[in-house]
Amino acid sequence: MSSPPGTDADSTGDGDGGSRSDSDADAASRSLLPETRWQRDVVLILATLLGIYALFALIGLALDFDTNGILNVLRELTLFAAVYAMLVLALNLHWGYTGLFNIGVAGFMAVGVYTMAILTASPDATAPGFGLPLWVGIVGGMAMAALVGLVAALPALRLRADYLAIVTLGLSEIIRLTFQSMQFSNALEDALGVATNGGSGMNFPGTRNVVQYAFYRGGDRTSEPTVLGDALFGLGESFDVLPLVVLGWGYNVVLAIGVVAFYVLLVRIANSPFGRVLKAIREDELVAASLGKNTDLFKIKVFMLGCALMGLAGILWQGQAGYTSPHEFRPELTFYVFIALIIGGAGSNTGSVLGGLVFGTLLFQGPLYVPRLVAEGLSVAGVELGPPPNTFYDAALALGSLDPLPMLAYATAGTNVSYLRFVLLGVVLILVVQRRPEGLLGHRIETAAAVDLSNRSRTTATDGGSSNSSSGSTATNADPGSMPTNADPGSTPTDDRRDSTATTDERDPGSTDGDPDE
Amino acid sequence: MSEQAAEPATEVGDRTTAGGESNATDSPPPLRVTNLEKHFGGIAAVDGVSFDVHEGTLTGLIGPNGAGKSTAFDCITGVYAPDAGTVEFNGEDITGLEPFEICNRGLVRTFQIARELEKMTVLENLMLAPAGQRGEALWRSVTPIARRGVAAEERDLRERVWETLEFFEIDHLAEEYAGTLSGGQRKLLEMSRALMTDPDVVLLDEPLAGVNPSLEKKLLERIHDLREEGYTFLLVEHDMDVIMNHCERVIVMHQGTNLAAGTPEEITSNERVIDAYLGGEV
Repeated sequence: MSSPPGTDADSTGDGDGGSRSDSDADAASRSLLPETRWQRDVVLILATLLGIYALFALIGLALDFDTNGILNVLRELTLFAAVYAMLVLALNLHWGYTGLFNIGVAGFMAVGVYTMAILTASPDATAPGFGLPLWVGIVGGMAMAALVGLVAALPALRLRADYLAIVTLGLSEIIRLTFQSMQFSNALEDALGVATNGGSGMNFPGTRNVVQYAFYRGGDRTSEPTVLGDALFGLGESFDVLPLVVLGWGYNVVLAIGVVAFYVLLVRIANSPFGRVLKAIREDELVAASLGKNTDLFKIKVFMLGCALMGLAGILWQGQAGYTSPHEFRPELTFYVFIALIIGGAGSNTGSVLGGLVFGTLLFQGPLYVPRLVAEGLSVAGVELGPPPNTFYDAALALGSLDPLPMLAYATAGTNVSYLRFVLLGVVLILVVQRRPEGLLGHRIETAAAVDLSNRSRTTATDGGSSNSSSGSTATNADPGSMPTNADPGSTPTDDRRDSTATTDERDPGSTDGDPDE
Repeated sequence: MSEQAAEPATEVGDRTTAGGESNATDSPPPLRVTNLEKHFGGIAAVDGVSFDVHEGTLTGLIGPNGAGKSTAFDCITGVYAPDAGTVEFNGEDITGLEPFEICNRGLVRTFQIARELEKMTVLENLMLAPAGQRGEALWRSVTPIARRGVAAEERDLRERVWETLEFFEIDHLAEEYAGTLSGGQRKLLEMSRALMTDPDVVLLDEPLAGVNPSLEKKLLERIHDLREEGYTFLLVEHDMDVIMNHCERVIVMHQGTNLAAGTPEEITSNERVIDAYLGGEV
């Protein structure tokens, strides 16, 4: 906490500036550009992902899974990790950056997915669609999600944050119930000849077809593989990996591209004047407006963009199965995304990805493997679990009398673990909010600018050609322009600034209120 | 109203022709408030105030607490839409415009209680302010080639920001979150941030409240430097010494309307002002 990575790096650069030649200082400064930090961040993300893979591979080995089984577990984890990473990034744009409290994430996803499904589903299907190409569906789904976002945003954005929350939550439920309604489907069929099939859900080509087309001629799994498919299937075969598993991992590549695209887009927005205005709106909208920013326009733009991204994340998620139903878009989904963002750290894009990874794998999908792991462990240890108690209360009662087995039996029986997962989520959320309210990476100073703002004096040094010290030239202000130059030269010796910058970076947060004049 | 707006504002906008009140007769003053009214329920917070701010001056706005000074500021800068009356800026009627439109015309304000963008660094606070940044367009921020232009503009801006920070002697705080600054430093930050919008007229709402004497001296020096460059200031202040020693003109507000206007000497000898505000002590 005392030295977040950003300032840490900067102060190192400042400290070295005086003792190095210009070219060295310049090189050092270039290595500190924000771009370099995300290289470090990418390593962090990949390392986390590999760690999670290793953990679940071990779990798979413990459960006597074969290679295909383990790869399938990891494939499924990757799906959730990637989808949550994308959703958290989109929500980070709304909530982390702009402070827009959107609790209708699931609804905007549903709009994206259903629009895509209606546009691309075959006209002959049970729930007929327009049979348009995949890319039309994706673009259309995103556009419709953005449009619905606009409709939600226009009245609510002019009001206080709580109203946006209520409007989005209500809208998301209206959207889900609309798609669940058979009357809606029938009306749609009468008017346009397409249907959503109410609560039974609908099939549609789905984004997985991209992979099928890449791997099979004509995109049909019964036909001949393409050159790429042939090569990869052959590679898989040499490790006894089934073509179906290879195909599944092919879709992971699509998801990975999606995450990278989301991340690059969000980082660019964050490191730009646009992102700076968003942050200002989050901090104090009146100040942003008083400094000449049309805050309503910024909010509408960012809300629409975020909704489109949520729609796209939904399309990539549901497109994996090629089937969607309204039950996938319950409000819980929205709160899962919020939990993941809180864990990762609101306002940090790298934190968002990490939060999505950790949530999607360790908290959301991981617990489902626990019952089998426990059963396996117990059978190895030769412990016999009795019949599970009927209620959590009975299990807790037994736990109170120091007998853990009934609780274990309860937790591992049937689908109980998927409900106990809520307890886990609650505990994790409480721990995070208590111990680390800023999340994994929310404490970092991620400056919203397209260039390194602290780099200024070094640039001046290079321009002025002073050879020995980068700090000495700050006093020679080049061109006043419309802004005043230092009217009182010498009042701030630049070396003082350097020193004080270095010290302010290292001091404890408590001393930050000291006014040098007092 | 439209005839007034049609008058050439360019001459007035050129602030290098700084002067006192002498040239104020020909062209419209930078800021003219006419019969401004703002009611909150039954309370008339501003009740028909009228005044001019002349170009290149440091004008003081004084009055007892509750006289309507801050509300008048809010009405002028678009935070509130006034119930009646007009605000003209460089001859243009700006009554009821949005705050961002008013700021972009060159009229910027600071707040009585400094409002910092706390979880943004001092550098970010200043980088935010300049108007019409190309990178504020979403597409330019994310498209690779357009982004190069954005970065170039940011580099130029960065120079101005550092110069401004040095001018206000808060450059040692550049990397800090604005939320960690002391009260006095926040006032400096707020004023430097307002100046980054490149304004013609700056409205300062009690910039010296809660500021220690040495910092107050520094702030006033900066204001004088800037005024000599041609900036126009309207300053709400309670300290009569500051008003007497630094302002060319003083406007007195009382119970939502203007009581008097003139030089500090005229004001301090005005019977009505003494009764309403100054009391017997001056």
